[in-house]
Amino acid sequence: MTQKFDEIPELPKGSFERITLDAKQAERITKPSVSFWQDAWYRIRKNKGALFSLILFGLIVIMSFLGPVISPYEPNAQTITHANLPPKVPGIENLGILNGVGTLGGEKVDLYELKNVEVNYWFGTDGLGRDMFSRVWKGTQVSLFIAFVAAAIDMLIGVIYGGVSGYFGGRVDDFMQRIVEILTGIPNLVVVILFILIMDPGILAIIIALTITGWTGMSRVVRGQVLKYKSQEFVLAARTLGASDSRIIWKHLMPNVLGVIIINTMFTIPSAIFFEAFLSFIGLGLQAPDASLGTLINDGYALIQFAPHILAFPAILLSLIMIAFNLIGDGLRDALDPKMKD
Amino acid sequence: MEKILQVKNLELSFNTQAGEVKAIRGVNFDLNKGETLAIVGESGSGKSVTTKSIMRLLPEQSAEFKNGEILFGGRDLTKLSDKEMQKIRGKEISMIFQDPMTSLNPTMPIGRQLTEPLLKHQKISKTEAKKVAIDLLRLVGMPKPELRMKQYPHQFSGGQRQRIVIAISLACNPKILIADEPTTALDVTIQAQILELMKDLQKKIDTSIIFITHDLGVVANVADRVAVMYGGKIVEIGTVDDVFYNPQHPYTWGLLSSMPSLDTEDAKLYAIPGTPPDLLDPPKGDAFALRSEYALKIDMEQNPPFFKVSETHSAATWLLHPDAPQVEPPLTVIERMKKFPGSRYYEGGAV
Amino acid sequence: MAKYIGKRLIYMVITLALIATFTFFLMKILPGSPVASADKLSPEQRAVVEARYGLDKPLPVQYFDYMFGLVQGDLGISINQFKGADVTDVILSRMGPSAQIGFQGMVLGTVLGILLGMIAALRQNTWVDYTSTFVAIVGISIPSFVFASLLQYWFGLKWDLFPVALWNDGFMSSVLPSVALAMFPLATAARFIRTEMIEVLGSDYITLAKAKGASGSEIAFKHAFRNALIPLITVLGPMAVAILTGSLVVEQIFAIPGIGEQFVKSIMVNDFAIIMGTTIFFSVFLIVIILLVDILYGVIDPRIRLSGGKN
Ligand SMILES: Nc1ncnc2c1ncn2[C@@H]1O[C@H](COP(=O)(O)OP(=O)(O)O)[C@@H](O)[C@H]1O
Ligand SMILES: [Mg+2]
Repeated sequence: MTQKFDEIPELPKGSFERITLDAKQAERITKPSVSFWQDAWYRIRKNKGALFSLILFGLIVIMSFLGPVISPYEPNAQTITHANLPPKVPGIENLGILNGVGTLGGEKVDLYELKNVEVNYWFGTDGLGRDMFSRVWKGTQVSLFIAFVAAAIDMLIGVIYGGVSGYFGGRVDDFMQRIVEILTGIPNLVVVILFILIMDPGILAIIIALTITGWTGMSRVVRGQVLKYKSQEFVLAARTLGASDSRIIWKHLMPNVLGVIIINTMFTIPSAIFFEAFLSFIGLGLQAPDASLGTLINDGYALIQFAPHILAFPAILLSLIMIAFNLIGDGLRDALDPKMKD
Repeated sequence: MEKILQVKNLELSFNTQAGEVKAIRGVNFDLNKGETLAIVGESGSGKSVTTKSIMRLLPEQSAEFKNGEILFGGRDLTKLSDKEMQKIRGKEISMIFQDPMTSLNPTMPIGRQLTEPLLKHQKISKTEAKKVAIDLLRLVGMPKPELRMKQYPHQFSGGQRQRIVIAISLACNPKILIADEPTTALDVTIQAQILELMKDLQKKIDTSIIFITHDLGVVANVADRVAVMYGGKIVEIGTVDDVFYNPQHPYTWGLLSSMPSLDTEDAKLYAIPGTPPDLLDPPKGDAFALRSEYALKIDMEQNPPFFKVSETHSAATWLLHPDAPQVEPPLTVIERMKKFPGSRYYEGGAV
Repeated sequence: MAKYIGKRLIYMVITLALIATFTFFLMKILPGSPVASADKLSPEQRAVVEARYGLDKPLPVQYFDYMFGLVQGDLGISINQFKGADVTDVILSRMGPSAQIGFQGMVLGTVLGILLGMIAALRQNTWVDYTSTFVAIVGISIPSFVFASLLQYWFGLKWDLFPVALWNDGFMSSVLPSVALAMFPLATAARFIRTEMIEVLGSDYITLAKAKGASGSEIAFKHAFRNALIPLITVLGPMAVAILTGSLVVEQIFAIPGIGEQFVKSIMVNDFAIIMGTTIFFSVFLIVIILLVDILYGVIDPRIRLSGGKN
């Protein structure tokens, strides 16, 4: 044995009195337990990307309402003489950016001077002389509206369908799942385009097209979770106590399934934003003068060579929203992960 | 006796987001040539971390040696480069893990997994390596080893997979074999088979074994000596007889009392109250005192040193201090001590 | 496995039949006559035209004619754009460019994505990792048409490195569209491989491989890579969907004479036959790809291969 023995220390009298601790105290000394949601919130706060995205997204939402109001111009008001003006922001024009300089016939000139424009357009103007600042924020508002409504409908249908299918199981589940299997077999793109074609173009048409099969993803994850939880003890206990089906679903299953619903929705929203923009870009979206980020990008693209700013602002905003949502979604998924692992 | 491995004052921490997890807080032990040393303790006590630190298998970003050394063949393993460690791993020291279901690469035929260490550490051809691998499979009791070389892990049962892992670990005749709870994840009957195999191999090879378990019943079967771990420290170490029949640390008493035995068959099993210490902020003094009914005032203030009980036996508890009061161990422990010559309850006879 | 494939094939046929039926009736209730210049025609002329395209027959007959034609690979006849041309021929004639940029984009994106994901996982929590994670997030988030416009503006217009548009400069014409399409697979693969790789690197069998004395590169390539790569097959389906979706706009932006550009054009001019045909073509393409991917997964992963196809 080479076990090291320290010198046996001299100790003050009374050191060797026996003391009693009860086990409860021992429990208390160990790490305090935190609830699942507290824990999740703690983790999402630690995720800088997600937190930053949340703030950024909040700002974008606020601006989408505030922007059209604080701009002196209506989103659809045309001032033909002010067409295709590059952005000009007073205060930073000396920095060499956003100074109203654009190219005309291959040369760089201050178009505001040239066209005798006294006022400033922060994001410039489009081909019809409309203020891009108010148009972009208004478009953001519309895009977000479409995405949120579509995501909400997806969520509603998906949760109900998946919940019922998983909860009742058996024949009902079999039948409902066959339908979902066929629906998911149809490419989303095809469904969306076909539905858009038969409806009057507009916000409603886009929302319907996006949700017509969009809910299947949500229904699948909800069904999976319900199947997992419904046979667990607390649910069985509630059932033996005579709780009704709807009570069991809402009071007992829902809270446990909430995590996946939130995460799934966080990924549905950017996907809806994308599809709306996509449809608008190929000409199946909103009709003029209504604008969404997608139609603005489409308009801007036509003038990319001469007035790139018309494309730049909506494109940047769209990208920012998409990035923010993906980061928030990732963050939420990581934060809620322990429950999703199975 | 030749000491093949010496762990001295080992301290190791994990740097995590929540802070520094002091997983190993001063561990000392020797491993003699040819012996089997069991390390027992509740889960979370630091058994795996201790052995993984010997193999240097802990995540390099977070695990940090704070103090101490691990001497093997005249070298301090804590100081070796990764390249040098690679030459030791699998060749001089090898390891078996807890869960055979996840220990094997699912997309690689087991033959290749067996020959990998052979080709890596020994200058032999592929055909020779294959022959050795087949012999190894036969050694661990795998029927028709030739046919099974090309199969994938999922085609084997849990017990068979653990046999394969054992075969892999023995491939290069290592000086030390570390088995980290090799039977915990298996069914009871398979557990017994794997233990039989380990005991059988013990006789056939002269490898020293560190056998980790939280099951004291297993220890008596396979080990020569036992180290009891608690809260990142070894609290008692001695021969199997020392620890089983003359235990000194209240934690060891707790472990022994909670062990099912023939006499306690119907009685309700004892469970140590409370939970293991939080290694982020380990308590001052004796970490077990908070859960112990034998706690002394000094336990709250000062970490007990090791007191020698006999040449082979020592324990870290203030109860062994000359000034400490005599305490009565739990009844089941007194029953055991009655059989141990040299214990204060000895009543004659032999263990 | 065979049983599984059989079941999948049945589902595939049902799905396709549904899509075709649905498409057919959808086109029938669409506003506007399929004969674009109908207003200018006298009733007699109009009857002649309608008879030529079989539009005078009762609806069920038209439906069965259509479905029967489909089974034989006949997607109908274009009325507006290509007076009387076979839709199948129109699609086939435009397949080349689409297939080329789609394939190039897929390969480029997947390969780069795998590399990026691998490096990120092996250098976890370093700046390399953060950069690659950022690239991946951006790649997932920025729609292909925004990305395509950017590429066209900088690499085409501003720097003049590649053709701005059109399909007349061989491979060079295909570079920018392919890169634009590559973004999504790149980002998806990078994220996926990174996650998989990190999970695999933390698994017990990797620890065992280390315990055997394997070196860092042996661990990464002999043990981890294969296990991280196999599940990537499961996202090949979504990647193909994204490429196809992207091709509609990317072809439009770069004026590539492909199926996507044709499809968008047909939508503009209400050429129902082409819309129907392309829709069905897209559906078949995606459904077959997803089936193939599933089968491929079963073939490659020994766990599934040898247990006779679970799931
Ligand atoms: N990679 C790690 N990071 C942080 N803490 C760890 C890590 N690995 C182990 N620990 C902690 O070290 C302590 C000892 O763990 P371990 O050695 O696995 O216990 P056991 O005795 O059950 O084998 C535990 O508290 C565990 O939480
Ligand atoms: Mg362990």
